[in-house]
Amino acid sequence: MKVSTMEKYILLKNKLPEWINMITPTYTIFAPVKEEDLVFFKPITKPSEMTLAYSNAIVPPKAQMFHQTETMFTFTQGKNIRVNPASLPDEKIVVFGIRPCDAKSLSIIDPVFTNDFEDPYYLTKRKNAILVGLSCNQPTVNCFCTSLNGSPASPEHLDILLTDIGDKYYVELNSEKGKQLVEKTKKLFTPATDADSKKKKDVEKKAVDAITRQMKINNVDAFVKKLDTIFDAPYWKTIAMKCLGCGACTYLCPTCHCFDIQDETTLDKGARIRVWDSCMRPEYTLHASGHNPRPERMNRVRNRVYHKYNYYPKNHQMIACVGCGRCIDNCPVNIDIIDVITKAGEVKP
Amino acid sequence: MKNEYMAYPAVVKKILKESSNTNTYTLAFVNEEKQKNFKALPGQFMMIGIFGIGEAALSICKIDEDGSFSTTVRNVGNVTNTIYQLKEGDKLNMRGPYGTGWPLEELKGKDILIVAGGIGLPPLRGIIDLVQKNRKNYGHLEIIYGARTPEDMVFKYEFGAWRQIKNSRFDLTVDTVSLGSKWECKIGLVTSCFPQMKTRNKNSIALLCGPEIMMRFAAKCLETIGFKDNQIYVSLERRMKCGFGKCGHCQIGPKYVCKDGPVFSYDEIRPYIHPL
Repeated sequence: MKVSTMEKYILLKNKLPEWINMITPTYTIFAPVKEEDLVFFKPITKPSEMTLAYSNAIVPPKAQMFHQTETMFTFTQGKNIRVNPASLPDEKIVVFGIRPCDAKSLSIIDPVFTNDFEDPYYLTKRKNAILVGLSCNQPTVNCFCTSLNGSPASPEHLDILLTDIGDKYYVELNSEKGKQLVEKTKKLFTPATDADSKKKKDVEKKAVDAITRQMKINNVDAFVKKLDTIFDAPYWKTIAMKCLGCGACTYLCPTCHCFDIQDETTLDKGARIRVWDSCMRPEYTLHASGHNPRPERMNRVRNRVYHKYNYYPKNHQMIACVGCGRCIDNCPVNIDIIDVITKAGEVKP
Repeated sequence: MKNEYMAYPAVVKKILKESSNTNTYTLAFVNEEKQKNFKALPGQFMMIGIFGIGEAALSICKIDEDGSFSTTVRNVGNVTNTIYQLKEGDKLNMRGPYGTGWPLEELKGKDILIVAGGIGLPPLRGIIDLVQKNRKNYGHLEIIYGARTPEDMVFKYEFGAWRQIKNSRFDLTVDTVSLGSKWECKIGLVTSCFPQMKTRNKNSIALLCGPEIMMRFAAKCLETIGFKDNQIYVSLERRMKCGFGKCGHCQIGPKYVCKDGPVFSYDEIRPYIHPL
């Protein structure tokens, strides 16, 4: 639920640990935690465990709603099979420090898990989560959220957005959930002044200007139509030539939502589990008969691109990419989605 | 929130041997309430599995008066191999039905052409049963069925009755015949039956199910004799895990075979299956 006029507050930096401590008893807090050189969203028990000097977590926080591995239900084997539904978690969680781009990715994948049949595993966790974002003051070299109508400091898909404006955080409440979280700890917050609002705007502008790379999609509808005309272009073969099919781009993509369902068993017990899956693998589409509808790497690379920039807009009126840059950062052979899309725009039908 | 992933116990009521590696299973939910409320349409499918092994998407080939249904299973993978070991009275688990089914309204009053290849006949059997039972609601019925060998054909025990359907034609073809076996019909691809085909484009609907390459060639041939893409329907097969549009496996272009199909009109799916 959107708050009609967004409430804006100030939280002094030295009050942040106190705020986290106040909400810790009620919520499981996932926050960026540094492990060696990488940052992960992990549950924390005290504020000192988290780091706020990070660009983004390597694994997107979609993993907090859509677990990499998850038990759907358990069963006993043998003559009298008994099925025990896995209890859906009712713990309330706060994802603290989620970036605006990753928050947007959840809004993008929501319809997949909501439409037709509701997916109880995702939706329960999604409904129990409060997203407290942190503006991205220093975008990385491969960030391009602005090419996809995003902003490093947009509160749009968040419950609360914090922006570091020097010695304090500028706090925007963007939903009832966000409002309620602050309500209980109101004494730590003071109303923001016009000068604070201006400071936030300045910080945002600076961050936007720091994004140097641009994916050229001028008009989404026109680009979707353009892709329709170049499906059979040799271009895709060239793009796919260096792909190793490792699937890193899909696992680390905040909008990839495919999964496999597997049974894990011991002699007398078992569990039906779901795990992230990747359309970059040939087994993903392989039939038992041996027929494979996407037999070549080219078919799979092209499908990934089309799914995000053609099929998804056709089905849900939005591009399934937020410009986080993870697939570029983590591709072992430097396949660069910004280049792939920008150059696709120039391919002759 | 209802958990659609939950599979329910079902009992194998009857097993019919179809060929050396294919059986037809009549199944019903163990829970009477669940069985009573079960409704399915020809062309829809079920997710059928065994705990500890997994699930497979299997089409419904026959729906009985008492609500139990049959599915024809060829032993080719892990799940189908496990199902193949079952005996009458054994249990498995299932959920469904899922998918769109054949365009039943559209078929009323039309001539119907059925082109099936191999294990692609079972999803179409519901249509043959429907026409047989309500003969005057439909025009001419033509069935063209091809398989690798005569032994691989399914529902052979129904062929006699199908030949007796009024205002119909039934044509069979196989790829090869082993030495010494008796075969009086054609040898060749299903399209080799097309020259003698009676169904022509006017006021008719073609329903195709079989290997994708067969459907593409058949659709191409039908187009050359004047069928429009919206007169041709195909039932596609894809690997599936969830069965209702979440897991992503069966995606083909912007469509999901599980929820937008498995039956598609050819004009709807044509851009995504690389027509010839």
